[in-house]
Amino acid sequence: MSALLEIRDVSKAFGGVQAVTGVSLDVQKGEILSVIGPNGAGKTTLLNMISGFYHPDTGRIALGGRDVTRLAPSRVAELGVARTFQNIALFKGMSVLDNLMLGRHVRMTSGVLKSFVYWGLAQREEITHRKRVEDIIDFLKIQDLRRRPCGSLAYGLQKRVELGRALALDPEALLLDEPMGGCNHEEKEDMARFVLDVNEEWGVTIVLIEHDMGVVMDISDRVAVLDMGAKIAEGTPDEVRADPLVIHAYLGEAKTSGNGGPRG
Amino acid sequence: MIYREAGQFKTTYGADQAVFPIRQDRWFVLVVVAAAFVVPPLVADEYWLQAVLIPLLVYALAAIGLNLLTGYAGQLSLGTGGFMAVGAYSAFKLTTAFPQVNIILVFLLSGLVAAGVGLVFGIPSLRIKGFYLAVATLAAQFFLIWLFNKVPWFVNYASSGTITAPNRTVLGVLVTGPNATAPMRYLVALGLVAAGALVAKNLVRGRIGRSWMAIRDRDIAAEIIGVRPLQTKLLAFGISSFYCGVAGAELVFLFLGSAETLAFDITQSFLVLFMVIIGGLGSILGSFLGAAFIILVPISLTNAPHAVGLTLPVALLKQFELMIFGGLILFFLIVEPHGLARLWQIGKEKLRLWPFPH
Repeated sequence: MSALLEIRDVSKAFGGVQAVTGVSLDVQKGEILSVIGPNGAGKTTLLNMISGFYHPDTGRIALGGRDVTRLAPSRVAELGVARTFQNIALFKGMSVLDNLMLGRHVRMTSGVLKSFVYWGLAQREEITHRKRVEDIIDFLKIQDLRRRPCGSLAYGLQKRVELGRALALDPEALLLDEPMGGCNHEEKEDMARFVLDVNEEWGVTIVLIEHDMGVVMDISDRVAVLDMGAKIAEGTPDEVRADPLVIHAYLGEAKTSGNGGPRG
Repeated sequence: MIYREAGQFKTTYGADQAVFPIRQDRWFVLVVVAAAFVVPPLVADEYWLQAVLIPLLVYALAAIGLNLLTGYAGQLSLGTGGFMAVGAYSAFKLTTAFPQVNIILVFLLSGLVAAGVGLVFGIPSLRIKGFYLAVATLAAQFFLIWLFNKVPWFVNYASSGTITAPNRTVLGVLVTGPNATAPMRYLVALGLVAAGALVAKNLVRGRIGRSWMAIRDRDIAAEIIGVRPLQTKLLAFGISSFYCGVAGAELVFLFLGSAETLAFDITQSFLVLFMVIIGGLGSILGSFLGAAFIILVPISLTNAPHAVGLTLPVALLKQFELMIFGGLILFFLIVEPHGLARLWQIGKEKLRLWPFPH
């Protein structure tokens, strides 16, 4: 097994708040790795550092052996890292088809001059990539939504389109930030099935942030647990479930704080 | 009844991605464009061509330019007048220095000069957005006008400070200068705006247009999926300024005949911005509709009382014209904030079903 993504000792602080502290994590090629933890544990910050949106204060991140710590987000995307967002970040004014075609932006090359003329090279390129996008549309079963503006779609469908946009990049690694957050039971099952299919059929490595423990324990190969910016456990779902530190992070607060609620 | 797409199946992605995928649209546009080339030069008189149709086409080209930048790429600009001035003064300098060069080529080269200037003034867009960017582009407007006023080299040291369109021919026919006929000027303006609109449409339906809209809709998500913000925004500024530059050159060479910097002051920037907003942000058709609205409505308001046999004092008429024009702008923005292009689109949707309600 070779690590596709190596995260070594990364830390990130925002002002006085230490969001992530010395986290190291290896993501193996072809696995589904879930990152879990209470709210504010630094999961999204970790994802943001991988995709180049933030740069870590210390530590380094490598993708397939190549250092990507300081690269701009667009460069990281070109290297094959796609992601979805916790609060859907679709281009709402544009159609589903355009959103997916945008997902292929880094795979296309038409510059200004080719686009001026369109007929010929640019059109041929559009059609080649349209075929790939149509495969994804079929896979996600959103054929009837092609021309709909994304803003008008139901929440669960928007999540699905966003997954499609990320897939359109033909990613090596796919970072999913709560793809099932706010979805109903049926939508969650669909999404879990898509994630598994993407992983098995297309061999895409997946880093998943998710709060639904049922789903996480079901579909993950390995699970990493963050709490207050630090990694407190890592292992198979069964190992993590039995880890006393994890139990403490999730349930310990309720016993000591006295007001009964888990940390929010 | 007439506007039905039933039975038109597309069997290739190429056909599905055509500019006008519906057959009726395609024919309609072809007929309109063909008519625009043939009918006005034959039937319209000097006044209509020179005072109405030529400025309409010139401003439509500028509006397309600004629409690419503001409507598609989401970068608000108030520098349009300045970029148009760059085009006009470049065309003047180029054609007086190299009289033998074809004037159409001079227009395009002037557009390139304007594009270069636009790129420079687009650099702040990486850091600032929205209203703040508008203020930054205002700097372009004021600086460029100041520059053309201050440096006599730009007007070839003419004491009047004006630039004048010299006589230039295309294929042996005079198209600019005092002796060029109105139909010829009209055809040049129409040819350029038709080509410009087609190129703009090609740009916005492909990779570049999508990256502009991505930056407009959500710049952070755009960056994450691999759109490079700096290149994308600068490209929008460059191409937009190219269009504005060509339009500025046309404004002097085909419409005004001679001009000073006053012709390119801040009111021009606002005028083109209003065209884009009223016509429809993010729509090539909207650029034409907006230009037509802003140019035609005041003219028809001026002529309306005369047409129905009413004689009013000119001063009073002018006041009425301004009031009604302002009222109409408000009315259309309230009825359809997305502009005339959206109204057109809604009309077409209704027409698909007509005469049935559903």
